[in-house]
Amino acid sequence: MSPTNPKRPPGLLATTLVLLRKDLLIEWRTRARLNALVFFAMATLLLFSFALGPDTKLLERNAGGYLWLAILFASVLSLGESFRVETENACLDGVRLAPADARAIFLSKALGNALLLLALAVVLVPVMVALYGVRIVTGVGDLAGILVLGSLALSAPGTVYAAISSNARARDVLLPLLLFPLVIPALLSAAKGTTLVLQGDPMQQLGSWQGLLLGFNLIYWGVGFVLFPRVIED
Amino acid sequence: MNKFVKFGLPALTLALLGAGWWLGLAWAPPDREMGEVQRIMYVHVPLQWMAMMAMFINFVAAVTYLLRQSWKTDAMAEASAEVGLLFGTLGMITGSIWGRPTWGVYWSWDPRLTSEAILLVSYTGYLVLRRFVEDPEKRAVWSAVVAIIGAINLPIVWFSVRWWRSLHQVQSSPKTVDPQMVLPLRVSAFGMLALLIVFMVHRYRIALAERQAEVALPEALPTDDPALRATHSSKVA
Repeated sequence: MSPTNPKRPPGLLATTLVLLRKDLLIEWRTRARLNALVFFAMATLLLFSFALGPDTKLLERNAGGYLWLAILFASVLSLGESFRVETENACLDGVRLAPADARAIFLSKALGNALLLLALAVVLVPVMVALYGVRIVTGVGDLAGILVLGSLALSAPGTVYAAISSNARARDVLLPLLLFPLVIPALLSAAKGTTLVLQGDPMQQLGSWQGLLLGFNLIYWGVGFVLFPRVIED
Repeated sequence: MNKFVKFGLPALTLALLGAGWWLGLAWAPPDREMGEVQRIMYVHVPLQWMAMMAMFINFVAAVTYLLRQSWKTDAMAEASAEVGLLFGTLGMITGSIWGRPTWGVYWSWDPRLTSEAILLVSYTGYLVLRRFVEDPEKRAVWSAVVAIIGAINLPIVWFSVRWWRSLHQVQSSPKTVDPQMVLPLRVSAFGMLALLIVFMVHRYRIALAERQAEVALPEALPTDDPALRATHSSKVA
C-alpha cells in the first residue's frame, strides 16, 4: 500500500466499518449482551408455550409471531445496551471528536444491532423447531431473507430511539413506548412471512410481505440516516 | 391576547358547532341504511379531520424547528400534538359508539382502526418523551425527530380505507351523499376547526410561557460570568 496523506479524513464507509468493528470487538470480548439476549429470548419462547398450554397445533400455527415477539422484546434490551456502553466515560463524545461522522455512528450502531438480532434469530430457529415442532417448508433461503430484512427493520428506528432514550429519564419505559407502535408494520410482515415459510406458501404471498419489509427498511434507514446527526448533537 | 381570539373565536365556535349540530340532528334526513345512528357523523368526522390537521401541523412545526431553531415552533409542536391526540381520541370514541349499532362491535381489527390506534399510541409516546427530558433544547430536537418519524403513519391512516378495502367505508365526497347532509357536515367541520384553533392558541401560549420560564431560570440566578448570561439570554428566540 502506498502511504496516504494522513490529513485526509476517512470516508463514511470506512468510518462505519471501523466503528462497527469496534462495537463487534467489544461484544466479542465480553459476549455478555448476546448471551443475555439468547437466554431472555429462549425464556420468552418457553413462556409462550406455558402461557398457552401444551397445544402443539396452536404453537405451530403461531410460531412466526412468537419468534418475532421474542426478538422484539430482546431487541429493546439490546438497543438500550448498545448506547449504554457509549454513555460510560462519555465515550460517544470521544467517538465524535475522533472525528467520526454522526451518520457513520448511526450506520455502525444500526448494523451492529441488526447483526446481533440476526445472530439471535439464527440461534432461536432451531430452538423453535424443537419446542414447537415446526418445519421449514419453503426453504432456508426464504427464511434467511425474512430474518435479515426483519432484523434490519427493527434496528434502524430502534437505534435512533435508543440514542434518544438513553439520555432521558425513565429510559426503560420510554424506548418500548416509542418503538413498539412504530415497528408494528415490520413486526406484522416479518411474522406473516415467517409463518408462510414455516407452513408453505400456496398463494405466493411471501413476496409481498418481503416487499413491505423492504419498503419499511428503505424509509426508516433513510430517515434515520438523515435525522440521527441531530439526535446526538450537543 | 387579541380580543377576537379571547372572546370572538370561542363565541364563533359555539355558534358554528351549535348551528352545525342543530342542522345535523334536526334538519338533515336520517341515513337510508343506518337511520338516526348516522347523525354521529357530524361529530365523528370533523373530529378526525381536525385530529389529522393538528398532527400535520405537528409535523410541519417539527421540520421547521430542525431547520431553524425557535421556541415558537417547539411550542407549536407541543400544542398541536396534545390537541391532536385529544381530538383523535374523541374521534375514536365517537367512532366506536357508532360502530356498536352499525357493525355490531365497538372495535374491529379493521386497517383504518388499527392504523389510527397505532397513530394515537405513537403520539402518546411523543408526549411522554417531552415529559421525560429536562433540557429544553435537547427535548425540542429529540421530539422533533420523533415527530417526523411518527408522521410517516399519517398518510397510512388516511389512505388505509383505500388501500385495504374493508369494514370502514371510503371517504365520502359531496357527490356521493345527500346535499342536505353536506351542509351540516360543512358547518360542523368549520365549528370544529374554530374549536381546534381556540385550543391550539391557548395551549401554544402555555407552552411558550413554560419554555421561556425554563430558559430564563438560569439567568435569574446570580452569576458573575457575563459570557454565561449572554449565552442564556440568546437561547430565547
